[in-house]
Amino acid sequence: MNGQRDVAIVGVGATPYYKRGGSASRSINELAAGAILAACEDAGISVKEIDGFAYYSGAGAGYGGKLETGEFVEMLGIPEVRFTASLTAGGGGSAGSVGLARAAIVAGDANVVVSFMALKQDAVRLGEVTASKPVDPLNSFIVPSGISGPGHAQSILARRHMHLYGTRREAFAEIAMSTRQNALNRPKARFRTPLTMDDYLSARMISEPLCLFDFCLESEGAVAVITTSIDRARDLRQQPVPVVASAHGGVRQWGRAFNWYGMPDEYFASSGHKPIADRLYQTSGLTPADIDVALLYDHFTPMVLMQLEDYGFCGKGEGGEFVESGAIRYDGGSVPVNTHGGNLSEAYIIGMTHIVEGVEQMRGTAVNQVDDAEFALVTGGPATIPVSGIILGRDS
Amino acid sequence: MTTLSTVRPGDTVRISTDSATEPFWQAAKGRRLVCAKCAQCGHFRMPPTAFCPECSSPDVEWPELSGEGVVYSFAVIHGYPGIPDIVMVAAVIDLPDAPGCRLVSNIVDVDPDTVKIGMPVHVDFSPIADGWQLPVFRAVVEDPA
Repeated sequence: MNGQRDVAIVGVGATPYYKRGGSASRSINELAAGAILAACEDAGISVKEIDGFAYYSGAGAGYGGKLETGEFVEMLGIPEVRFTASLTAGGGGSAGSVGLARAAIVAGDANVVVSFMALKQDAVRLGEVTASKPVDPLNSFIVPSGISGPGHAQSILARRHMHLYGTRREAFAEIAMSTRQNALNRPKARFRTPLTMDDYLSARMISEPLCLFDFCLESEGAVAVITTSIDRARDLRQQPVPVVASAHGGVRQWGRAFNWYGMPDEYFASSGHKPIADRLYQTSGLTPADIDVALLYDHFTPMVLMQLEDYGFCGKGEGGEFVESGAIRYDGGSVPVNTHGGNLSEAYIIGMTHIVEGVEQMRGTAVNQVDDAEFALVTGGPATIPVSGIILGRDS
Repeated sequence: MTTLSTVRPGDTVRISTDSATEPFWQAAKGRRLVCAKCAQCGHFRMPPTAFCPECSSPDVEWPELSGEGVVYSFAVIHGYPGIPDIVMVAAVIDLPDAPGCRLVSNIVDVDPDTVKIGMPVHVDFSPIADGWQLPVFRAVVEDPA
């Protein structure tokens, strides 16, 4: 049997997904704890069995807030914590937080580890997060230019990709439209009306070459995921979803990415995920052809395209042609992408919804279930190192 | 009427410095564009950092550059928090006299539709808060002769 398979995701839980400002009546910790309790209910374990916390985003609660393990221990009555740690940087570590949970379990430090994100945007709005940070010596080389958010920053990478490879706006449109299509039948999705090419091409330009529909939603809510050993997982309520491979990190040539812009040409118009892809495939013994569904962090459409290249679903520079062929469609695509509607149309909880969808696809319970799916790729957001990915599978 | 690209209002643009970056900004204040260069191995680096990423030396020198640049990539940004109608060309500029180094800056006073990757630009300086000057770039106008 291929890959790691020593731990499994056994429970997933989420709050409703709110538009920006929509969760005003609930605190960030209330949202988070609600998701944690829902994940425990899904798994069929008591919340008091949690003994590990594996965060990402520097344990940030969205932008500007913090997640503090002590506060959750107090609120949820967790008797003892044996592991609590976070991947550094931002949304790049979302999928990797499950790998961090695995590290805790395989090391013998903790048994039942929760990874979660809770997000409100009342204090800091995602779309303005770059401009809202306090001035520091490094962002003094970026923010004066008027780059106010991550989408503005990434539009410069998208432009370079278009220049090098002839990528068309229609390719970005196809990512937005196919993702929207996947959200139409999902009760929790924020956007459930079809998106047409006309809608896309007539939309407001925010940071050319990107328009409104290239940008993900500014959502609020929380999502939690419970990971435990494969042996324990087999005694729990749900069919275990083993972690077949996990990796986080990145290479110097990517580094701080669009907070730096010093990437050599072969990395500049990329997602930074190539080294993660290489490690995931090496660990699992799988190839891109084995991946049945790809849940690719879609904060902005070009990064879906560049991840498709970096994960080898198409050649470098061929992402535009690949997506325009219909290859990522749930209906008839060779690798259905973001069958849950992604950050673009379902909700943006900094990548956690992609893990939930990966779990549901492997359980066979997804709303847009890919027939006979055996392997799901889930990725964290292309951004400052670490970027991350996991491959989920089915238990035999 | 074409809207020409501009910069954020200077009095709202703040920077901060540390020991590694201060010489860059002090030079800019004197309207000179400089770049951090390792005094041991000659490797250029931007933004300036305390150690050379190639040889780990802390020794740095600050050669003045010609001010010539080439547009590596760019975005046409519509709006900034509190300034919805502003149009800015945010650009990543290759610095040919400091191989491998780039500046993230603005191309100012240009029709955004005429900006192209590979376009030559030249540095200028724009006043910002607290007496600092921000390097910005202008399109190099071809001599009609």
